[in-house]
Amino acid sequence: MIASDTHRTINAVWRIESPRLIAGLARIVRDVGLAEELAQDALVAALEQWPTSGIPDNPGAWLMGTAKHRAIDSLRRNKRIERKHEEIGHQIEAERELTVPDIEAAIDDDVGDDLLRLVFTSCHPVLSTEARVALTLRLLGGLTTEEIARAFLVPEPTVAQRIVRAKRTLAEAKVPFEVPRGPELAERVSSVLAVIYLIFNEGYSATAGDDWMRPGLCEDAMRLGRILAGLMPDQPEVHGLMSLMEIQASRLGARVGPSGEPIRLLDQNRARWNHMLIRRGLAALARAEELGGALGAYALQAAIAAVHARAKTADETDWARMAGLYAQLAQVTPSPVVELNRAVAVSMAFGPAEGLAIVDALMQEASLERYHLLPSVRGDFLEKLGRLDEARAEFERAASLTRNARERDLLLERAAATTRSK
Amino acid sequence: MRFMVIVKANKDSEAGVLPSAELLAAMGKYNEELVKAGVLLSGEGLQPSSKGARIRFGANDRTVIDGPFSETKELVAGFWLFQVKSREEAIEWIKRAPFEEGAEVEIRQVFEAEDFAPVDPTGELRDNEAKLRAQVQAKK
Repeated sequence: MIASDTHRTINAVWRIESPRLIAGLARIVRDVGLAEELAQDALVAALEQWPTSGIPDNPGAWLMGTAKHRAIDSLRRNKRIERKHEEIGHQIEAERELTVPDIEAAIDDDVGDDLLRLVFTSCHPVLSTEARVALTLRLLGGLTTEEIARAFLVPEPTVAQRIVRAKRTLAEAKVPFEVPRGPELAERVSSVLAVIYLIFNEGYSATAGDDWMRPGLCEDAMRLGRILAGLMPDQPEVHGLMSLMEIQASRLGARVGPSGEPIRLLDQNRARWNHMLIRRGLAALARAEELGGALGAYALQAAIAAVHARAKTADETDWARMAGLYAQLAQVTPSPVVELNRAVAVSMAFGPAEGLAIVDALMQEASLERYHLLPSVRGDFLEKLGRLDEARAEFERAASLTRNARERDLLLERAAATTRSK
Repeated sequence: MRFMVIVKANKDSEAGVLPSAELLAAMGKYNEELVKAGVLLSGEGLQPSSKGARIRFGANDRTVIDGPFSETKELVAGFWLFQVKSREEAIEWIKRAPFEEGAEVEIRQVFEAEDFAPVDPTGELRDNEAKLRAQVQAKK
């Protein structure tokens, strides 16, 4: 086996093992940053030894064993430091002397709880959103700093810095390595789901550059979501988010035309939607509803996505149901963007004039001032109402606001079309 | 990327011998691990080829050949669909499967839509194929 093959295998083993490894170590050393360093040390040892010694039969166990030894060494070192502190009069919480078998047994415990602790720690509110995303992808997704940097189109040192700072913040804030309980839990689950959905969206609608999407990030987010669904099977919103992501991802193969131009949902060839993902998404939505979560923000969005998924053709879309779901969503998470989407559903169900009334009420909304979809939607209604000059102005304004090059082309094309159809 | 994991048939699977309780339990645990890691998209076990058939396409006719089929080692006894980051990751997961001695498993990468771009610059082929799929779906 040539070295690069070995390296690829080591990377694969790392991706599979590192979340459990870091989670198990974090419970022992009570510090996510230190746990990750210990796991990284084991990885470095593998990279040094395996190319010559060959890959062990059970590479996961080898990494685990190596990391354990480092954890034990580090604990002993800390014990020495603590004793020194005690000597100079510091109040140290006396921990029982951990023996090697204790630590081994502790790491080998059921790792599910540890993974969950790691999830909540990585998405802790003391961290900035960017830090949560980077840490989650790194610690739970098993991505390298380089992979995260590439996915988010930022320089690698920036991501490395973010991760270092995040680990320091967690240590300084003395964030306990635990799963939140009681009333705090729901709020913290929302924060975790928001991080995962943010990662998904970054992949689904690339906000910068000429790519319309980066499917790799969608896959990473869905994998994180599936892991979370396995860890918290009774949380309806986890299934709601999973459903939303699976149904949206089912359209990835249909969203882009042959020359890379975006294709709008209603113009997509539905045969190109991935029906396995749709089935999985509908099943996850049913699960969320069974658990009493039909009115969760993600479950409602998934239900909206499901209306599209269930329609064999665009003409068969149940727009009245869609408008109703958006009205419910506006109750749960009122936002101008939800209102804008409701306008589209209402216009499809009851005509463009009805939709325009909702959109016009949004024109004064400061948060939408730079949002390209507002003029884009308004232009669409105006076009349908035959007000072509106004429509063209809206499409041109939308084109000037979007940050996506391909979308800009599409909008300018629509602006030009209004002139031709006069 | 996605990989189809093809579990090859053997004498037992072709004879319709059900796996032992131990193996079933171990497989169940393994499947659970795959699900918990977010890797498993789908998977099924297949009945022996004696319950299947082959349809051979001639110039103007279709011949149906009933199972069982003799080339046991070439037959498929089950499959999984994995979502992974690399071929190596798929292999690593397979190595952890609790199969008994003599089992053979093949992995094959699944084509994604974008893989056809070089031979299909206009997307026309994809559209045609997609239409076909739609008809198949509609008949289900």
